Amino acid sequence: MKRFIVEKGLVLPLDRANVDTDFIIPKQFLKSIKRSGFGVNLFDEHRYLDKGEPDSDNSQRPVNPDFVLNQPRYKGCSILLTRDNFGCGSSREHAPWALEDYGFRAIIAPSYADIFFNNCFKNGLLPIVLNRETVDQLFREVEDTDGYELEIDLNGQTIIRPNGSVLEFSVDEFRKNCLINGLDDIGLTLEDAGDIHDFESKWREQSPWYFNPPKMT
Amino acid sequence: MSGKTLYDKIWDTHLVKQRADGTALIYIDRHLIHEVTSPQAFEGLRLAGRTPWRTGANLAVPDHNIPTTSDERRQGLAGIKDPVSKIQVKTLNENCKEFNILELEMNDLRQGIVHVVGPEQGATLPGMTIVCGDSHTSTHGALGALAHGIGTSEVEHVLATQCLMQKKMKNMLVRVNGALNLGVTAKDVVLAIIGEIGTAGGTGYTIEFAGKAIRSLSIEGRMTVCNMAIEAGARAGLIAVDEKTLEYIQGRPFAPHGELWDKAAEAWKCLASDPDARFDRVVELSAEVIEPQVTWGTSPEMVAPVSGSIPDPMTESDETKRVNIEQALHYMGLRGGTPIQDIQLDCVFIGSCTNSRIEDLREAAQVVAGKKVADSVELAMVVPGSGLVKQQAEAEGLHEIFIKAGMEWREPGCSMCLAMNADQLGEGKHCASTSNRNFEGRQGFGGRTHLVSPVMAAAAAIHGHFVDIRELNN
Ligand code: SF4
Repeated sequence: MKRFIVEKGLVLPLDRANVDTDFIIPKQFLKSIKRSGFGVNLFDEHRYLDKGEPDSDNSQRPVNPDFVLNQPRYKGCSILLTRDNFGCGSSREHAPWALEDYGFRAIIAPSYADIFFNNCFKNGLLPIVLNRETVDQLFREVEDTDGYELEIDLNGQTIIRPNGSVLEFSVDEFRKNCLINGLDDIGLTLEDAGDIHDFESKWREQSPWYFNPPKMT
Repeated sequence: MSGKTLYDKIWDTHLVKQRADGTALIYIDRHLIHEVTSPQAFEGLRLAGRTPWRTGANLAVPDHNIPTTSDERRQGLAGIKDPVSKIQVKTLNENCKEFNILELEMNDLRQGIVHVVGPEQGATLPGMTIVCGDSHTSTHGALGALAHGIGTSEVEHVLATQCLMQKKMKNMLVRVNGALNLGVTAKDVVLAIIGEIGTAGGTGYTIEFAGKAIRSLSIEGRMTVCNMAIEAGARAGLIAVDEKTLEYIQGRPFAPHGELWDKAAEAWKCLASDPDARFDRVVELSAEVIEPQVTWGTSPEMVAPVSGSIPDPMTESDETKRVNIEQALHYMGLRGGTPIQDIQLDCVFIGSCTNSRIEDLREAAQVVAGKKVADSVELAMVVPGSGLVKQQAEAEGLHEIFIKAGMEWREPGCSMCLAMNADQLGEGKHCASTSNRNFEGRQGFGGRTHLVSPVMAAAAAIHGHFVDIRELNN
């Protein structure tokens, strides 16, 4: 998992509440055998004017010029600013996979759907909760300012605005630690790699028959 | 202090680390892989720049959605008509090559359903911890191994760390006393157990099957029983090691040989629960009263003895149960009170990881020998569990018996057990199936599944409806 320490990036304002996982990545893309490459289909139904299929050539599809992601001023964005209950719907991990694959590192919203919120941390995405007034204020600032960037410092739990003022946010200590160190469940277990190696060598000595290579005829 | 159960023993020997929050890090000896639940796990490894912890612990085989017609199989990958299946099988091949994992490819003689292949190759050994991204991994418990299914994120976890994060289950003992009647098989025993404790009866437990009737089963029969532990809600089923276990394993490719075999066999003899072991729950059944079983509904617990009838929902006092029965009967197109033997069949499927081993095919062949499938049965298919089972069956001439009777003889795979490939049960059709799940749509959209033993399925094929195999035997 990618580590998250400081992220300075362009902010994309997605001005809607209750964005569900089908909005983030429509269900036809779940048949894929991959967990990367979903970025081109992020927000597919709104970003393109036709219906996307897993085997579509996305470079040939008509894009929706009105959708915020397609506006040139937001090209290269990495921080998503949005409204209440972001990520509701199914438990599919494809939603954070798609956001992450597109290039997002953090989300700012007043609230999130529970499973989505958890899935973000597992996939290197930082979902930040700020109160509604602050989110409103940020929306106004982003719309008024071309090239609006925020700098998120996870360790200090701060967001620095272009005018230098600082917003604070809270985050679960355990999850913060995992993100800062880039630890997913596997990463966590691998912190005990020494114990696993010790166990394995003892076990191999005690029960060598489980480590025996097959005798193929 | 009381003794340990078999489950306790295997758990304790594989405990790497106990964490304060009650979870434990458990070492995994064998990881079985198939094409459907592994692609994202491999992709995850690649994205994180990780490699398998111990490649030799892994064994892969495609089974779930490969075609079973020899025509398609002969052409290899290119012959797979369904594009999704083709991509999954191809991806498995590529992943195994990239990560240096042994794969028994689609047209390898040793290929087959992952839960048939594991024991057959000796890759399943007593006292092991075994996982696979498939719920019927419980099958391998028949050899005294602790085996259960896992999800795709856990598949990646096991690949990368050779461990799983687990919470320990409770211990349940299911003891089947006495001797089975003629015509009553392992399948009937496990269906009767599920009928008794329900599909949630084993939730939170590891079930150990014991008692004289279980001991009397062959290893194949024990696999049938453990296979369906998951259908009783238990992620793992277990049976203690005995002489039959050792006999079954000796000489198989992955099994230890020579001096190492002697040592292993000695160690494995302790793989049984201590006489004073404490179980959280004990269930006792008497083998003598178990009849051949037939499921009539859409859950394995909706089961009745062949001499019985479909329950009448009107006589069920529990409101929830009554509604359940009504819904199931509506889906199945059956009426309460109908005798089981009046259920007419359109299709017969002999196969799946529950009942596709050589013993199952021998028993089924014996029933159909010299007879013809009833005209009303549109399709009767026999799908061996592995290429080796198929080869053995052909050496014994079983395929000719099936073909002469009017049955189709297919290439090994999961086939109509879950209908991921072209083998699908038609809408509204009734199928006597030796598989393990009779959920709505499991064998094809709108299909109606009746779970039975191989001999009961074979007899149903001949008669076009269910018959009591015990009467045919006389
Ligand atoms: S035969 Fe059926 S139950 Fe067994 S592994 Fe295949 S699909 Fe699953």
